[in-house]
Amino acid sequence: MTFGVILTALMALLLLGYYTGRKRSISLSDKSNQRLHSLPQHYGYLIAFWSGAPALLILLFWSVLESSVINAAIVAQLPAQLQQLSADEVELFINEIINLSYSNVAIDDDVKRHAALYYNELIEFSNWVKSTAVFILAFIGMFVALAFVKPEMKARNLVERLIRWAMIGCTSIAVLTTIGIIFSVIFESIIFFKTVNVFDFLFGTHWSPQEAIREDQVGGSGSFGALPLFVGTLLISFIALVIAVPLGLMSAIYLSEYSSPRFRLFAKPVLEILAGIPTVVYGFFAAITVAPFIRDLGESLGLSLSSESALAAGIVMGVMIIPFVSSLSDDVISAVPQSMRDGSYAMGATKSETIKQVIIPAALPGIVSGVLLAASRAIGETMIVVMAAGLSANLTFNPLEAVTTVTVQMVALLTGDQEFDSTKTLAAFALGLGLFLTTLVLNIISLYVVRKYREQYD
Amino acid sequence: MINIEKREEFDIEIDKTVGKPFINDAKFSTRNVDVFYGEKQAIFDANIDIGKNQIIAMIGSSGCGKSTFLRCLNRMNDTIQDCHISGDIRLDDEDIYQKQQDPVLLRARVGMVFQKPNPFPKSIYDNVAYGAKLHGLASSKIELDELVEKSLIRAGLFKEVKDSLHKPGTSLSGGQQQRLCIARTIAIDPEVILMDEPTSALDPIATAVIEELMIDLSKKYTIAIVTHSMQQAARVSQRTAYFHLGYVVEVNDTNIVFTNPEHQLTENYITGRFG
Ligand SMILES: Nc1ncnc2c1ncn2[C@@H]1O[C@H](COP(=O)(O)OP(=O)(O)OP(=O)(O)O)[C@@H](O)[C@H]1O
Ligand SMILES: [Mg+2]
Repeated sequence: MTFGVILTALMALLLLGYYTGRKRSISLSDKSNQRLHSLPQHYGYLIAFWSGAPALLILLFWSVLESSVINAAIVAQLPAQLQQLSADEVELFINEIINLSYSNVAIDDDVKRHAALYYNELIEFSNWVKSTAVFILAFIGMFVALAFVKPEMKARNLVERLIRWAMIGCTSIAVLTTIGIIFSVIFESIIFFKTVNVFDFLFGTHWSPQEAIREDQVGGSGSFGALPLFVGTLLISFIALVIAVPLGLMSAIYLSEYSSPRFRLFAKPVLEILAGIPTVVYGFFAAITVAPFIRDLGESLGLSLSSESALAAGIVMGVMIIPFVSSLSDDVISAVPQSMRDGSYAMGATKSETIKQVIIPAALPGIVSGVLLAASRAIGETMIVVMAAGLSANLTFNPLEAVTTVTVQMVALLTGDQEFDSTKTLAAFALGLGLFLTTLVLNIISLYVVRKYREQYD
Repeated sequence: MINIEKREEFDIEIDKTVGKPFINDAKFSTRNVDVFYGEKQAIFDANIDIGKNQIIAMIGSSGCGKSTFLRCLNRMNDTIQDCHISGDIRLDDEDIYQKQQDPVLLRARVGMVFQKPNPFPKSIYDNVAYGAKLHGLASSKIELDELVEKSLIRAGLFKEVKDSLHKPGTSLSGGQQQRLCIARTIAIDPEVILMDEPTSALDPIATAVIEELMIDLSKKYTIAIVTHSMQQAARVSQRTAYFHLGYVVEVNDTNIVFTNPEHQLTENYITGRFG
């Protein structure tokens, strides 16, 4: 039986547990003429939990350990000379065996055939033991739990506790995953910083990560000055925000304060569609339409510009992130209580004065988080930049020049066949760490701003 | 003749407002005012005068249109989409619904205090300075400071907040917030102050403070107050208007309305409430 089948059967058992639990609690209370402490379904939930959880735990545990145990068993019965192989070669060999065992091709090599057969046997055995163990455990869980059911049992409180633990479990998975990612990035970066000086990385102005293939090649070691990348990222994000924040905020204000409800009902989803367009389409649009337009415009002004520019990428990116600003702002502006507007109008304020003086300050925390979300999108955006701003790492603040960004270079570093521990690969982790710290700082700043306003106005 | 009373025990008809709806020295006068929310009529043919430097109390059971009527007087109903008003409302003998009338300027002359205190998300100082800044009432920082202080003093709040003028207005208690709202209203020196149940969210002590304040303010301002407390109406007002299902049933001097009402409906309401 495969994992999926076992899981489905287990779910069925869970349902069975639920219904028997319910039934039993009701019949017990009828028999003993005692009022149930909790509702029957609470007993049901408890039984379902005990029939499901231990079995599920074993199933997961087994499935995770299964392959390494089986691999070890296969290696153990191989002829002596094969056991001398290095770890990598053993892994390769085992992969071959597994592939062979699934295919129907006749195998010439005796050793391999035996191994493959043995593998099949082991898998079958493992599956059999696994499913038996899981079902026995499920039934034991169910019956033991059923035996505990008594009318005075505080099932409702127990269910409450279970739910609490489930929440804690989910939260810890989310938090631990984040922490895990951060740490893996940090560790890889530390390895990188053993070869490349931190300051050279952060403040170096020359980025050309090509490494020498032969020892005597020119420009042998590659240079990892990431400053142009970070400047490029910030430049493009800044342009994007300059476009998106006013447009987004104004349209949010128009939609929530001025437009008729019918227009809003139509316009809001249309705006939100902007966020749903794949970024590659935006990139295409930037490269084919906006960038040439800017170049032609420059030419007509007597400037000779390249067809790739930070401006083109920034503008298109700005359009892309408008809905992040507008949609969130619209929601918070609409949530500002009508009484506040009334108060301002009653003081003889016009609509725009009311918006500027009362509504925006009241909605500011939400607006800031919308802008922040947009900024994070802009900083992380890759596709538009590749297509419209180029790959050349120029250190410049001139929006008309071609620049590149951190994410684009990360992609460039990792595409193609790379050794996992080459300096190039590790450099991607260091860039990732830098990007992470940048957004972290942005988050902290905006949290600070919001908190300050909250303190002042709440 | 319109028969509006549905319950059998009071089969009473309202023909026209009884008592003394019209007076000589009127600040506001309304004639034949009808108000509609969409198709639904909320005010039927209201005819009242509101006297200068007087407090007029508007009483009546919930949903009878007191707030609606009050909001006509400073054109706050303009902000409600499907609200339509017909008839004639005059402030100092000028039609406030005529084309040339800017509702924004009108509202600077006719201030309003709401049922629930609604300070702006700003400091106490900025709350009071809000209107003055909008209308350019102070030419310097010193003048503005003075104006804020004076308004807070008049609203009876200054002593409590003089050391925390830059704390948020929302950090005050409900009663203090309501006085803050009164302070910001009198800071723009309106001619009329409309108050829609200004003390219904407050305890008796805060209520007493605000009632005293109203009486004091009525020396300078014309005040119209909506209230569900007949004791309050009796304590503060010179005249009282009784509303019933969108009709102005009776208007007269407060003591007459409460001691010797002319209309059966008024009497029912008053005796019902007083027990
Ligand atoms: N914005 C609105 N849209 C539609 N109908 C409304 C609106 N505001 C009030 N109404 C209706 O108009 C009538 C009068 O309402 P109004 O708020 O003036 O009553 P009120 O006398 O102030 O009542 P209360 O004492 O409960 O405040 C009610 O029937 C109400 O349903
Ligand atoms: Mg009301």
